Amino acid sequence: MRIALFVTCLADTLFPEAAKATVGLLERLGHEVVFPEDQTCCGQMHVNTGYPDEALRLVRRHVRVFAPYDVVVAPSGSCVGSVRHQHAAVARRAGDERLAAQAEDAGRRTYELSEFLVDVLGVTDVGAYYPHRVTYHPTCHSLRMLRVGERPLRLLRAVRGLELVELPQAEQCCGFGGTFAVKNADTSTAMLADKMRNVLATRADVCTAGDASCLMHIGGGLSRLRTGVRTVHLAEILASTERSETVGERQRLGVRP
Amino acid sequence: MTRTFLGMPATAPRGVGHLRGEEPFPAAARRALVDAQLRRNLRHATTTIRGKSGAVIGEVPDWQELRAAARAIKTDTMARLPELLEQLEAAVTAAGGTVHWAADAVEANRIVTDLVGAAGADRVMKVKSMATQEIGLNEALEAAGIEPVETDLAELIVQLGDDRPSHILVPAIHRNRAEIREIFLRAMPGVDPTLTDEPAVLAAAARRHLRETFLSTRVAVSGANFAVAETGTLAVVESEGNGRMCLTLPETLITVMGIEKVVPTWRDLEVFLQLLPRASTGERMNPYTSMWTGVTPGDGPQAFHLVLLDNGRSAVLADEVGRQALHCIRCSACLNVCPVYERAGGHAYGSVYPGPIGAVLSPQLTGVADNASLPYASSLCGACYDACPVMIDIPSILVHLRGQAPHPRAEATAMAAAAYTMDHPALYAAAQRAARLSRLAGPRGRGLPPPLSGWTASRDLPEPPPQTFREWWAQR
Repeated sequence: MRIALFVTCLADTLFPEAAKATVGLLERLGHEVVFPEDQTCCGQMHVNTGYPDEALRLVRRHVRVFAPYDVVVAPSGSCVGSVRHQHAAVARRAGDERLAAQAEDAGRRTYELSEFLVDVLGVTDVGAYYPHRVTYHPTCHSLRMLRVGERPLRLLRAVRGLELVELPQAEQCCGFGGTFAVKNADTSTAMLADKMRNVLATRADVCTAGDASCLMHIGGGLSRLRTGVRTVHLAEILASTERSETVGERQRLGVRP
Repeated sequence: MTRTFLGMPATAPRGVGHLRGEEPFPAAARRALVDAQLRRNLRHATTTIRGKSGAVIGEVPDWQELRAAARAIKTDTMARLPELLEQLEAAVTAAGGTVHWAADAVEANRIVTDLVGAAGADRVMKVKSMATQEIGLNEALEAAGIEPVETDLAELIVQLGDDRPSHILVPAIHRNRAEIREIFLRAMPGVDPTLTDEPAVLAAAARRHLRETFLSTRVAVSGANFAVAETGTLAVVESEGNGRMCLTLPETLITVMGIEKVVPTWRDLEVFLQLLPRASTGERMNPYTSMWTGVTPGDGPQAFHLVLLDNGRSAVLADEVGRQALHCIRCSACLNVCPVYERAGGHAYGSVYPGPIGAVLSPQLTGVADNASLPYASSLCGACYDACPVMIDIPSILVHLRGQAPHPRAEATAMAAAAYTMDHPALYAAAQRAARLSRLAGPRGRGLPPPLSGWTASRDLPEPPPQTFREWWAQR
């Protein structure tokens, strides 16, 4: 299958390992991955911060760039949620019904990685090897906008060597919320403190999720407190094999002290 | 009645009632977050209610269908609200009640104060009511020399403590029993000075105090959960029985009701009376459901007044996206699942309507400029939408209202520049490189300038990667 990668601006800029892992994983499963280079950002930050007029040009760009592809995959529940649930509304608000219809069509062809693997490709065992104790945080948009449900857990359970430990109060938001983390930094940090308490209670070495944004938040807190717990995108775990683990090719989502 | 269209409907007036806070949400939340008692009370209370509510909702096989039915009824109601309100007025009047129309809080307070004065009373007893809290009725009555007595236990605690409610359903959720004992000892007339802080003892003290009030007060003021346009029937649901006392014992009953509380038919109540208690208190059925239609000779209050309150609701109705907020049945399920509310508490929202529903309702009632920080008081996690028994899409309304909020100039400039850059891939790639270089040269992960200092105060920033994904792809 020919798959267009919707990399997301955050993964492109700050977490390329998650995007490279997505490419590597899909190619390992026998598919062709293309990267439409005119893509930039889906505009979610603008929409959610109250700038729908500015977001319109980004929606228009996104719809145009991905129009030629039958299947679009992104390593992010949040960005896919924005494409599927916000783009048409932004277009309608601007009175552009044609763009709204195109955005709805694009939304139907766009998948979050775990949805794509389980629902479209029909695989849960992707042949990965990851010998670590891992807990999974279901990000709010993948959980409640996309309803990915158990799909990421099914994928993780099939990973060889991986010890999956349940995260208490997993469904509570980590406190990221895009610009919420800055505009309401104190409340965001209070939410993060409780999320970290639950992550640490699992005694996992790695906290994973389907969104680099939430992982940047959780990982930023875990790093600040020198907890020694790492955050790793779901795609990186699924892309890992015996070879990458032993040869040490794997780059980690490092954070600066 | 006839009306002349005079442009956009008015928002709730300033200087009266409790819809506006004194400071923006982030500042108020910052102070609340360091209150260990508050954090513990909220965590315990919301976790308990979430568990109870989840269990009884799980028993209802057609819960999703009920939610959809409720949304359909409310959508229909809002689409023909003027017609239904006039039908309600006719039905209440035919049953012996009197209907008053209050454009705003000032008018509503004046109407109620005049009615109490005309009844020759200097004291009223009150059923817990959000509408009268919204308009500041207690303050208006006191200014007119009339003593209002709250008869709901938690509202009584708030009133005696000279405090403000912090939860729609559990207004004293921020108090613990030691504090309640102190409040009773200080402010409850005739209280036993040996009062302990055992819940049963505190409840008994309140009961003695209230029993005296119930038997000696001739006028009661209530809100309403529902009003049936078809029959003119008003409904109040409650747990303590104080409502039943207030609705049946006095000579005069005055009900202040937001205009959005009307439902078209008697049959519609079956939907809401199944949804409300399970979503709200986690009960299968609320202990007391009181319904009355006008007056009945020789039985109950012999004078009934219904005050229909607008106070910005018509302005909310005028907004196609935001009007869903008027569907709210005040169950407070969204508060109980909200991670922001659970940590910041109700007072941080500044309005009598806290939590997710408050963050979309208050700014619309007052105009977004007067509550500009509230639409941002959410991480958009979506738990409120899932919990709402009438399926209000609160996250979408929050985002919609953010689009109407006044923006800081520097932020607006940066967002416009970002959108322009992101619409030009070459510029975007250059910006990515520039950002990486500035990070390599600049402070390493901490101490970024405002507004990013909000991030680095508690969180490290990721190490900038040696190359972006698109650079890697190009070299592949």
